[in-house]
Amino acid sequence: MNIPPPRAVFDPTAARVARELKHARPLVGCRFDPSGRFLFASAEDDSVQRFDLLTGEKAALLGHESWARGMAFVSPAPVAAPDLEAWPKRRRATQSVVGFGAAALPAPPAAPFLLVSADYHGKLIWWQGDSAAPKPLKTVEAHDGYARAVAVSPDASTLASCGNDHLIKLWRAADGTALRTLEGHTAHVYNVAFSPDGTRLVSCDLKGVVKDWDLKTGTCTRDIDAKVLHKYDAGFMADIGGARGMAFRSDGSAVALCGITNVSNAFAGVGNPAVVLVDWKEGKAKLLKTKETFQGTAWGVGFHPSGAVIAAGGGGQGRVWFWKADDVSAHTLNVPANARDLTISPAGDRFAVAGANGTAYVYDFNGPDVPKTATPAKK
Amino acid sequence: MLPCDYACRSADHTVSRRAFLGTALGATAALGAAGFANPLAAQQLAKTQKRVLVIFLSGGVSQLETWDPKPNTDTGGPFKAIQTSATGTRVCELLPHTAKQMHRIALVRSLNSQTDDHGIGEQVMLTGRKPEAGITYPHIGAVSARLLGGSDSALPGHIQILPKGGSGFGGRDAAFLGPKFASVSLGDGKPPADLFRPGNLGPAEDDERERFRKKLNDRFAKSRKSAATDAYTESFAQADRVVKQAAVFDVEKEPARVADRYGRHDLGRHFLLARRLLEAGVTYVKVSHSNYDTHHENFDFHIEQLGEFDRPFAALLDDLADRGMLDSTLVVVMSEMGRTPHINDRYGRDHWGKAWSVALAGAGIKGGAVIGKTNANGTAVVDREVLTGHLFHTYLRAVGLDSTKSFYPNERPVPIADPKTAAIPEVLA
Repeated sequence: MNIPPPRAVFDPTAARVARELKHARPLVGCRFDPSGRFLFASAEDDSVQRFDLLTGEKAALLGHESWARGMAFVSPAPVAAPDLEAWPKRRRATQSVVGFGAAALPAPPAAPFLLVSADYHGKLIWWQGDSAAPKPLKTVEAHDGYARAVAVSPDASTLASCGNDHLIKLWRAADGTALRTLEGHTAHVYNVAFSPDGTRLVSCDLKGVVKDWDLKTGTCTRDIDAKVLHKYDAGFMADIGGARGMAFRSDGSAVALCGITNVSNAFAGVGNPAVVLVDWKEGKAKLLKTKETFQGTAWGVGFHPSGAVIAAGGGGQGRVWFWKADDVSAHTLNVPANARDLTISPAGDRFAVAGANGTAYVYDFNGPDVPKTATPAKK
Repeated sequence: MLPCDYACRSADHTVSRRAFLGTALGATAALGAAGFANPLAAQQLAKTQKRVLVIFLSGGVSQLETWDPKPNTDTGGPFKAIQTSATGTRVCELLPHTAKQMHRIALVRSLNSQTDDHGIGEQVMLTGRKPEAGITYPHIGAVSARLLGGSDSALPGHIQILPKGGSGFGGRDAAFLGPKFASVSLGDGKPPADLFRPGNLGPAEDDERERFRKKLNDRFAKSRKSAATDAYTESFAQADRVVKQAAVFDVEKEPARVADRYGRHDLGRHFLLARRLLEAGVTYVKVSHSNYDTHHENFDFHIEQLGEFDRPFAALLDDLADRGMLDSTLVVVMSEMGRTPHINDRYGRDHWGKAWSVALAGAGIKGGAVIGKTNANGTAVVDREVLTGHLFHTYLRAVGLDSTKSFYPNERPVPIADPKTAAIPEVLA
């Protein structure tokens, strides 16, 4: 394992595009697997594409008959991250010694894990994520209408899904056995996430209503207001909003949600990308703003292990925004395409966005760490 | 992004009671000499009188999320196609209730309206013609009111129910047919606020007031009777008839279970009002639903908007059929354009007039028929291209009119429908 030592200060300006993973159709979602070796990207051709960052191989997961944006992983045990930098170097070194005609160095096997993906038809599919050619293991008709998101509990025992039927459903993560249905939302449920201690589930609907569910009792214990993410556009006569992305901070202290706010024209998507940070203990939400004015939607959000918030989105162009401690973003990256989702690698050394142009852009924070050399004093 | 004004908020749409009643007079003036003399004849006419209902999905509904789904293609989007009550015809899953009505509905899937502009699109869809210099053509509503106007209706012949805005007199959509056939708009389905008798004026006092007005009017007419004074007198008589029909506008009079079937939202209420107006003898009703101009988030918005449309539309068709009115009422679901097969980077679809769909039902329409075809991913018409002129002829033929005849404004012949096109025989029963 070759993870560089954590930088003393998280430096978003160090992020550089490390890989451009191309697919023929626009992407709608992306997730790193628990080891960070694979990037799974779902696409408008109903497929989920698996990109092996170690070998460069690409595999298509075919089984959905609609777009699948929700993806989550079930790992039977803690997963060791592969060394994504050392292994390719070792292969190149071997080839340079024995020649390219020699047998290639076999790629180290991936740790076993299940992928669960959710689609617009309300269907969940379980896949053996690490197999050479993943096939559907189990399919569950989970929701009446779009299943918008899935999440797996920290102990990997429970899967939560949510959808346009206003419901949240809990499943046994290993095999898809139905466990419980949580009712209470009165609008399409856009996202779900487990608390790091596994006792709570948080959900958010189209209207920006965030619910805190006690998983022991299955009851909603409080509503948190994130209505800044919703608007009924009286000109358009329709609702726009919802948490397009959602994540719990690893210490359980906060939840981040993202979407669109200040909507003035829903039909054209005229509004500003928004990230709402909820203080979990207090149940209070605050809006994180982007430093530069931008029109569009934030489609994905996550917490860097340092605690920093990263969000990605787009309007006519793509952007990635970083918040460190302040309410205004500290840094912005321009992405070559509208970013429709964001995923941060488990080690926090990279993140990826799903591009509307069919390319997944993998950014790396661990570029060459330029040592600071003392500048000779002028005489 | 093209500017668009879906529910016009111009001054033209705000009008006084007098203007509203003046329009009502105009509509009645078109009814002919038979007037309201024979109640039995009126009842019979109510069953046989042809009517037109246009449901206008403002902003440009997506043909791919409604009538011409292309699932699992590069343009098809995430929704699936579902079976319908018309064997072999599939529609988008966002229309589950409408799917059960498809045996009553004909689809034209090969419309090329030749414009991607909101304003021009609405004009060509409602007039059946491209804009021409020097002449403005009347909307199908005005044409219907002019040619189909029943002899027993106390109500205006051309009414449009808008999702919002003020209620009043449209004015220009009748073109050379004259303001008597122009639309009366009911913003949010509400009649002009002063249609109803003031609460502090009882029926007896109102009658006394009217008797006094007539007495003065008669005295005036004895010395100065003319065509103008006759028209003035008739306008009051007509206004009186409309006021007596004011309850038609009150959907609260419908049983709760009926309102539930239509849905407790604006469009459900507007559809219910449309049914009441048609029952009351209004020749043409247009109900607009906003908004489908989904350059952004096309799929979420269509879930929402078609979720509102689907159930009340099916309920409306059921009610018209149950009342024996569907055979005499042409129902058209149109828009000003379709939406691009290409999905843009904001999950949106843009403007597309080259290959899209219109649905028809009721009077003279062959239920279950499907006319024309687009290619596999919906980017082009590959069979039986239909222009808006063909549709306009078809509407008129469906309600028993000869669409090849002409109007004679200023004694100059103007074909009722575009003579370069003709009705679509495959869609006519």
